[in-house]
Amino acid sequence: MAVMANRPLLEIDNLSTHYISQQGTRVVRAVDDVSLRINAGETLGIVGESGSGKSTLALTILRVLPPAAQIVAGSMMFENEDLVRKSDNEMRHVRGKRIAMILQDPMASLNPLFTIGDQVAEPIRVHEGSRRAVAWQRAKDLLKAVRIPSPETRVTQHPHEMSGGMRQRIVGAIGISCEPRLLIADEPTTSLDLTIQAQYLALLRDLQREHGLALIFITHNLGIVARMCDQLAVMYAGRVVEYGPVSRIFNAPAHPYTEALLNSIPRMSDSRKRLTAIEGQPPDLSALPRGCAFAPRCPAAFDRCHKETPPEFNLADGRTARCWLASASVQRGAA
Amino acid sequence: MMPVLEAAGLSKHFQARRGIFGGSRGVVRAVDDISFAIESGRTLGVVGESGCGKTTTAKLVLGLEEPTGGSIRFEGRDLHELDTAGQRYYRKSVQAVFQDPYASLSPRMRISDIIAEPLVTNEVVSASGVRKRVAELLDLVGLAERSADLFPHEFSGGQRQRIAIARALALSPKLIVLDEPVSALDVSIRAQILNLLRDLQDQLGLSYLFIAHDLAAVAHMSHTIVVMYLGKIVEMGDAQTLAQTPKHPYTEALFSAALPSHPDERREEIILPGEVPSPLNPPAGCRFHPRCPHAMSVCGQQEPALMQVEDRIVACHLYDRTQRDAATTAGIQFAERRSSRASVGSPS
Repeated sequence: MAVMANRPLLEIDNLSTHYISQQGTRVVRAVDDVSLRINAGETLGIVGESGSGKSTLALTILRVLPPAAQIVAGSMMFENEDLVRKSDNEMRHVRGKRIAMILQDPMASLNPLFTIGDQVAEPIRVHEGSRRAVAWQRAKDLLKAVRIPSPETRVTQHPHEMSGGMRQRIVGAIGISCEPRLLIADEPTTSLDLTIQAQYLALLRDLQREHGLALIFITHNLGIVARMCDQLAVMYAGRVVEYGPVSRIFNAPAHPYTEALLNSIPRMSDSRKRLTAIEGQPPDLSALPRGCAFAPRCPAAFDRCHKETPPEFNLADGRTARCWLASASVQRGAA
Repeated sequence: MMPVLEAAGLSKHFQARRGIFGGSRGVVRAVDDISFAIESGRTLGVVGESGCGKTTTAKLVLGLEEPTGGSIRFEGRDLHELDTAGQRYYRKSVQAVFQDPYASLSPRMRISDIIAEPLVTNEVVSASGVRKRVAELLDLVGLAERSADLFPHEFSGGQRQRIAIARALALSPKLIVLDEPVSALDVSIRAQILNLLRDLQDQLGLSYLFIAHDLAAVAHMSHTIVVMYLGKIVEMGDAQTLAQTPKHPYTEALFSAALPSHPDERREEIILPGEVPSPLNPPAGCRFHPRCPHAMSVCGQQEPALMQVEDRIVACHLYDRTQRDAATTAGIQFAERRSSRASVGSPS
């Protein structure tokens, strides 16, 4: 995708979200010093294992964090406004209208007691103050847009009358109902069957093209990244360890964790070859090792890795990597 | 080589009822007349989407469901003809590892008790013998011996799955049913478990029935792959060639829907219309025909039989000789495209 000359749609700088215990004694750095940007019409993939902070990052962007979590540093410039400084009331006009989110489990995001029409029409009525009849007509159009057959009858039905794939498409319809600029999808296809997943990904791509949507895909699945994304941020223990164009990262990963992840996935073409496993476990975020969090599992770790945390190095090809090995090949980053 | 396990014409039909007193609404043919064989020391992978019958097949093999038709032969003997000792031997020889290691291990039992439980209930072993065997098994799955005294909550997901594997190995089984054994695990841990399973197979000569929705993992682990759709086998063949050059249109769409392993990997993307129909009322003829991009008039009328096509077994009218002779252009083009199709290799 072409690089825009003007400012990115969303520009996250040095963002940190920590979970702080009531006495303030225990701090979990769920998101730690994260910087990312996304342009209009672009797709950013955020991959990481459970506990890497990718979902907390999404909740931070939408400012829907649980009470124990706090944004302790950084800024999120979205259309020239800092989302971090916005009041809760102001955020209410951003969520669902300018930034929308799709969650993993469509049954949990739909209310079983309301009709599909009511639920798709709700954001339109809330954000645009449209009358019910008008909003319902829009809801029917949206269902058509997400390829639900016979939308006229479907609007009057309830979520239990739909299949899993249809429900996820309805959640997608709610997501785009107010024509947001940015859509965050958190593992949107995990609960779907393969052929239904293919349908859904194709649908998201079409919607993106038609509406110039920026998409953030939060996933643990590198295959989704390979198929859908332009940019990729790899998270490990709350930090972005590598960030840059997808094809660059897949062709020549700069961080050993990225490289190990790519090597550990079975491929259709070279089956029955032994997989390269990553030894050990992902770390406990409340008791991180000193130095680089990946060092205890890293095949290339040396002395410095266990003592000092590597800063974000800017690589020549527009990538960033948090690894001492990357420092050799590039100039020092701003950090 | 004699297969460890052989299923012939295996069926499991469920009666669907209306309410609790209501009469029958029809029959769900969860597994409908399928035949396959698992060779000794080899892995049979089963793929397909929800409702295709792969879990029911696993349950039938594990003896958790009674088949309504057909037979299963284990080491040449029909399960129905086994006496009590034979049944006990079968249950010892066929073990399972399930998806969620958080649900499959009792939180109140120590690891040593979890692993020893099958031994204690099935065999007469002395206390010291049990301890020795537990230590052996822990070593086999790559866990420290001191793990024996701990409880499941002290382990991560990957380690728990190792414990579940150790328990499955306790009775020295011949066949292990692996139902989504890595899908609940973190990405960086999956390769550890898949490698472990492969090592154990080589070391102990185990056979696996491997069920997973991750097609690349199935292709990686299996020697033979069975593709199921709505209770039927649509294609079966060598894992490598089937994954690279699928013959049945459903297999082709399924593998094209599998996510690429590299962004430069360009594949023909086949997006199937619609969804898997209800198994209560499957389409007439070929069950796949309403979604099939190559469907012909015969597909809606006549159910295709499984037939040998080159190195594969396929149930599809496109490969019907009579159909081809009848000059159905679509069929000929399709078959030609199949045979001339280059492999789908990734660039790396």
